[in-house]
Order: sequence, then C-alpha cells, then structure tokens
Amino acid sequence: MALSTSSNFPKPDEAFRAIVEAHRGLSDEQSADLDAALVLILANHIGDLDVLQEAIALARRRMIDASQQQQQQQ
Amino acid sequence: MAQAKTQNEAKSAAKTQFGYRRHADQDRTGADVAEHPVIVVGAGPVGLSLAIDLAQRGHGVVLLDDADRIGEGSRAICFSKRSLEYWDRLGIGQRMVDKGVVWSVGKIFHGRSQLYQFNLLPEEGHKRPAFINLQQFYAEAYLVDRVGELPAIDLRWRNKVVGLERRNDYVALTVETPDGLYRMHAQHVIACDGARSSLRTMVGAEFSGQMFEDQFLIADVKMTAAFPTERWFWFDPPFHAGRSALLHKQPDDVWRIDLQLNRYADPAVEKQPENVRPRIARMLGHDKFEFEWISLYKFQCRRMDRFIHGQVIFAGDAAHQVSPFGARGANSGLEDAENLAWKLDRVLRKTSPATLLESYHVERSMAADENIRESTRSTDFMAPNSHQEARLRKAVLSLAKETEFGKRMVNAGRLSVPSIYDSPLSTIDADGWTGGPRPGASMPDAPLAGGSAECAFLTDAFIREGKRFTLLVFGNGAAVDVPNGLGLIRIGGEGGLSDPEGLAGIRYDAQPGTAYLLRPDGYVAARFRYPVRTALEQALSRARGLN
Repeated sequence: MALSTSSNFPKPDEAFRAIVEAHRGLSDEQSADLDAALVLILANHIGDLDVLQEAIALARRRMIDASQQQQQQQ
Repeated sequence: MAQAKTQNEAKSAAKTQFGYRRHADQDRTGADVAEHPVIVVGAGPVGLSLAIDLAQRGHGVVLLDDADRIGEGSRAICFSKRSLEYWDRLGIGQRMVDKGVVWSVGKIFHGRSQLYQFNLLPEEGHKRPAFINLQQFYAEAYLVDRVGELPAIDLRWRNKVVGLERRNDYVALTVETPDGLYRMHAQHVIACDGARSSLRTMVGAEFSGQMFEDQFLIADVKMTAAFPTERWFWFDPPFHAGRSALLHKQPDDVWRIDLQLNRYADPAVEKQPENVRPRIARMLGHDKFEFEWISLYKFQCRRMDRFIHGQVIFAGDAAHQVSPFGARGANSGLEDAENLAWKLDRVLRKTSPATLLESYHVERSMAADENIRESTRSTDFMAPNSHQEARLRKAVLSLAKETEFGKRMVNAGRLSVPSIYDSPLSTIDADGWTGGPRPGASMPDAPLAGGSAECAFLTDAFIREGKRFTLLVFGNGAAVDVPNGLGLIRIGGEGGLSDPEGLAGIRYDAQPGTAYLLRPDGYVAARFRYPVRTALEQALSRARGLN
C-alpha cells in the first residue's frame, strides 16, 4: 500500500484545528469551494497517482460504511 | 433528597461542616490592626494545598473562607498523577489514593462500536497512577484534616473578604463575619476564591475569553454496576443520538455522567430529575439508580491577563477557567499552588527578591494558555460550531475506524499533563541529550532501591531531601562539589541508591556523572553531563531569581 494512514503530524490536534479555522466564517458553499481547492493542492503536492487512488478508495469506503450504519440504526 | 443523603454519608467518613469561631484579630482596630505575612482567600483544593505547603515551609498562614462547610456536589473528580505527587509532598497523597478510584484507560465509542482505547500510563515504575477519581469534597475534607495538624495555619470559616485596598507594600482587607466587619493587613494576599472570584473584581481585573453555547448535563448517580474503572466517551451513541456522552466511576458506587444537550435546552426544565431519569435510563439500560447531583453547565475558557496585581496574587479558577474535558481545572490550580509556594517562601525569607514571583505569572499563565487551548479544541470537537465543522468531525470519526491518523485526530478530551515551562529560571542545555526531562519539565518518577522502605521511588527520595533545591546525580562520576543547602540524591556509585530496573537511568538519559538540578516544586532547573561547581552555582542563582 502506497498510502500512509499512520499518524504523521507530531500534534494532530493542531492540523485539525488549522483546517477548522480555515473554514470559520465561510458559508457552506464557500466551505465546499475551499475544500475542493485544498484537495487539488494537496493531491498535486503528493504527486503520486497510486496514492491518490488509494486515498479516494478509502474516503469512498468510509461513506459506504457510514450509510450502512445509518440504515442499521433506522 | 438524594443529595443531602450523600453529604451525610460523606460526613460520616470525613468532616465537612465547620464552625465559625471569633478570632482575637476581630477586636483589633485602627493602628492596632493585625498584620500577617500571608493571607490566603478561599479554602478549596488550591487554597488549602497552598496553605499547607507554606506552613510546611515554616510560614504562618491565615486562610479565609466565606462558607462554613465544604461545597456540595462532586465538581472536580479527576486528580492527576502530578497532583497526587504534590499531595504526597503535603503528606496527604496516600489518603487520597486509598479512597480514590485508580484509572488509566479510556475508551472512545462512535455509535455502537468502539473506535479505540488509550492508556495514559502504559509503563510500570511510578509510585502514583495516571489518575484517581475522587469527589472534590473528599479531597477538601482530607486537606482540612491535614490543616488541623499544622498549627501555623489559622483557618477561619465564615470570613468573607468584602473590601481590598492595595497600599505600597501591603494590602488592607475588610472581612465580614457573623460578628460584623474587621480589618487586617497582609504583605501578600493569595486569591484562591474560584471562578467567580470577588477579589478579582476588587482589583479591577478583566476575565475574558470564549463562552461555549452548548449545554452539558452533569449527573452523579449512585448504582452498583460492573462497568470497569475506565473513562468511557461516546460520540453519537444510540442512547443519545447526535450528541456526546461520558461515563466515569467515582468512589462509593457513584458514577459521573455528562450528556451534551443542545444550546437551546431550558436549564430549569432539563435539570428536573423526572426529565433526567429517562435519559440516564436509556444510557444504562435500567433505572436502578439514585441521583446524587444534577446540574446543567455552559463552559467557558478564559484567564486573567496578569496573575499578579501588586501584592495580590491569583491562583486556580480565580486566575483561569477551562472546560472540564481534560481534567485541567483543579489539577492546574494545584500546579499553581506548588509553583507559587516555594517562590513565596523565598521572598518571605528575603533569600530571593520579590521579582522571583514574576516567574509564577510567566510559567503559570503559559500553562493556562496551553490548558485553554487544549480544552477549547476538545470542546469544539465535541460541539461543532457549524455544518462544516460537523462534517469534518464526521470524516475524522469515520476514518478513525481503520486509520491510525484518524484515531489520533479524534478529540474526546486531552487529559492533563504537567506543562513544560519556557522559563527565565531554566538554564539552557549546554551538553548533548537524547532524552530525559529538559529544563522546565517536571521530574519523572522511577523505582529505587537501597534506601529505606519509605524511599522506594525517586519522588519519595525528593521528599526525604526536604522538597528544596536538590541535585540528582547518577553513576560513578567524579565526586560532585555540591553547593551548600542543597538536597542530594545519588543513584549508583558507592553508598548511592540503586536503580534496580534501570528505569531511572533511562528516564533521565543518564550517563556516569549526569546531574539534574531540581527545583523545590520538582521541576528541572538545569542538567549537566559533567557538573562543576561554578556552573551549578550559576544555574542555582538563575533558578532562584538572583540574576
């Protein structure tokens, strides 16, 4: 597997906080716009299509898991 | 009332009601008014601990409290390793641990499944556990008992400070009692009078910060249950959809439950027992419990700009307030007390200049900023402020199931650890180190052998040396020329204590000759590979605020 899912930030809370703060004061639509740009910037920085494909697969798998869990709860 | 019953039970084990007694100071007026070196205001955990520490260092302390009983409810419950080590130095640690519920493991759940678990003290070889849970009123009752053993402390119940005037070199207090008003002068007043500090208002200080909109229901319930003694935290649990919940054990079969409510919940309605009961019953799956305490909170994170206002010094919640996720309230207040006591001791003895006290503000306001930062982040994660923040949290929680980085980003409270000070009292490392506590960090514990039975740990050895500036020396290095008046702990070498498991050596990155200069509060002031007298004396002067 080319994608690293181990914890890479020395202080993960700071990274999460930076992303949260980047969105403060934005409308929902502006937030989606910011996220889209962030994804492209970070994807380009990684510069590895295999890693990108694995990241996409992980993100999608997570969506399926979440919707299954919701159905169970209903 | 369930609540009254608990207080009665507590009373049988620990005294919580005290009487007002008239003091001779109350008959002194005008030029004859009583003068005291130190008056501590507020007999909570911080004020009591500070008074004990100062008394053990040989000072007379007047301790005032506006009530005549120990406060209701359990309030703080988690006391950290660091706090227990401090209470060991005050002669009260073992009693706290004996009564408390020891824990180090926390579990985080999302929906129905466990996301992960953490262990706050995964290694052996420490005298004290990561945390104990203990109702605050027990902690206070034990501290009051300890105060009773120290004639140097004059604890006056139902003495409420109603006036404060700052003069050039002293403070004039007006105190209200059941017998009316009286006046006293003090060289130093230490305000430990809590989040709603009236002394803070009297000096005209601001207390600003962030207020969180979400409300949290806190209930202490009594039941017999087989849950392990772990901290359990849920995001979006089936019994409390869309919100968070916390379950934690206290002594006497009492369990602390926190439930996040929405920001528009009506406190008067929500805290009615008939409305709380079904919520808790859903969580526990039964309703065989009694309420000990119910309250509704909104949290704030804020601090004073300056902890020192002339001769008036603020400590604990009076100086800084945090949300409770992380156990950073009472524990940081106790760290204030241990930081302040030895500095005030030196200033009162005139062995250090009054400017040494400024380092209390520098070190502890930095710690307050860190505590506020951590608890703000935790509270924001638990109660997202916008759709986008809720989405980000949802993403983190869903990624946490299968990725390590996701787990590390889940924030259900980052529990209190002692701060590392960037301090003017520290001497910057000149030698090479690959581990060990750096100057400004607190001393890690380790098991020792070869001393008395009461000296099985490094923290014990520090107490035996008198809780003063102490040199910790490792190995068969050349004999150290120790400056006068210092405590000395030798590990290894002829006549020294031994390090049976090698843990002290590892935790201090020790080589033969390695020496750590410890402050009276157990923080590292300086460290040396090859200690020489002149460097030691320089570091000591710096740590004492002499240069």
